[in-house]
Amino acid sequence: MSAQTMIELVGVRKSFGKLEVLKDITLGVAKGSVVALIGPSGSGKSTLLRSINLLTVPDQGFIRVGEQALDFTGGHRLPGDRELAAFRARTGMVFQNFNLFPHMSVEENVMSGPVTVLRMPKAEARLLAHGLLAKVGLADKAAAQPDKLSGGQRQRVAIARALAMKPEVMLFDEATSALDPELVGEVLAVIRSLAAEGMTMLLVTHEMAFARDVADRVVFMRDGCVVEEGPARQMIEAPSQPATRAFLSHFHNGLGPS
Amino acid sequence: MQYQWDFGFLLQYKGLIGVGILYTLGFTIGTVVSGLVVGCMIALARLSNMRIATAVMTGIIEIFRCTPVLVQLVWVYYALPILTGIELSPSVAAFITLTLYGASFFGEIIRGGIISVDMGQWDAGRALGMRRHQLMGQVILPQAFRRMVPPLVNQAVLQLKNTSLLSVLAVPDLLYQGQLITSASYRPLETYTMIAVIYFIILFPLTRFAHRLEARMSH
Ligand SMILES: Nc1ncnc2c1ncn2[C@@H]1O[C@H](COP(=O)(O)OP(=O)(O)O)[C@@H](O)[C@H]1O
Ligand SMILES: [Mg+2]
Repeated sequence: MSAQTMIELVGVRKSFGKLEVLKDITLGVAKGSVVALIGPSGSGKSTLLRSINLLTVPDQGFIRVGEQALDFTGGHRLPGDRELAAFRARTGMVFQNFNLFPHMSVEENVMSGPVTVLRMPKAEARLLAHGLLAKVGLADKAAAQPDKLSGGQRQRVAIARALAMKPEVMLFDEATSALDPELVGEVLAVIRSLAAEGMTMLLVTHEMAFARDVADRVVFMRDGCVVEEGPARQMIEAPSQPATRAFLSHFHNGLGPS
Repeated sequence: MQYQWDFGFLLQYKGLIGVGILYTLGFTIGTVVSGLVVGCMIALARLSNMRIATAVMTGIIEIFRCTPVLVQLVWVYYALPILTGIELSPSVAAFITLTLYGASFFGEIIRGGIISVDMGQWDAGRALGMRRHQLMGQVILPQAFRRMVPPLVNQAVLQLKNTSLLSVLAVPDLLYQGQLITSASYRPLETYTMIAVIYFIILFPLTRFAHRLEARMSH
């Protein structure tokens, strides 16, 4: 694949015990593009996302993010702690349950990556954090503790925390699934603005209208395989595979304008 | 029968009592610190994926948790030298035993605190690119520590009580000094009452402190 491909997976496999969760996945995400990953629960979407920043180490396959690549095909040793950390530092990840650090204030959460991993001086990291908090609309919450925030606010802090590492790509794993419906919009708006800035993003989502309107491409997964992928509008409105159609039929109510 | 209480004579033994308090506190603080260090190593070994280290640690922990401290003390002092050929002074034998005994409980408390931290916290730290020690130091231990402190304080209270067993090895702790004073003064009632009161004065604030911490954690 070309240098314009920011995330590249070739032949990625992962099993948990006897259960084969990823079966020979090959996938590319172009630089500056947004790809939505959809599929039923248990199809391996989270495992795939976690393989890209090695929170889950694949059994087989090749993974490249930007300039960094790791090969897990037979005979290659597993990367060590230092190598894993360096690889992950270039990739931002946002989780369904936010996973903010509860013993740190909002700004300390955002500063934690730069200060701990990049050894950035605290004053500089605080400026960076305040800039990012302003960007996600939470400039006034810098000193707050995470447990004083709403779910939508927490998730926006989590996005700011990931952005503080100046990642080359952002991975979102059902970033709005744990939110009350009225709080989903504010988080999607932040993701949308990142897309407009040209951030390369891969997001697992059940917001089909959002996937259609914001993603460039949509990938449908089932049982550890990529069943179908294509341009977002075509995939959501006129998928070619029966399995994709069957899955999307559950969402027809939610396909209004996002 | 009317007993004539008389605590006045104890004043002449205040030197002995002072030494007893020093030994009791010294052994408690010393073996709590050394027990925490060893306990930390046990916890980290058991949390790592080192199978053999884990099996050995688990075995040691079970031995120390499932036998009485008094038996352990006597075994280390009288039996271990026969195996190793190294004579241990009573204090050294006592220090080793209380360290390992404490460590087997501290280790489990520390391990429990660490695994009680939500897996999402590990994910979040790793996703930022933190190394193992950074993740532990910045994210996991600060959260685990809050949960560990009340049970650790409780265990330290037990550790102090257990130092009274050192008297069987003639280590001059508070209880041993009480026995000395009794055999010289023939007044066990006042002597042992005073010994009990001293233990109480030391331990009562500590247990209150543990209670307060627990109450604060639970909301
Ligand atoms: N750490 C793990 N250990 C064992 N099984 C796992 C683990 N993570 C995921 N799985 C299993 O892998 C399958 C795919 O999970 P996941 O990737 O979370 O799917 P999705 O995100 O699409 O719902 C599920 O059957 C899940 O139970
Ligand atoms: Mg999932």
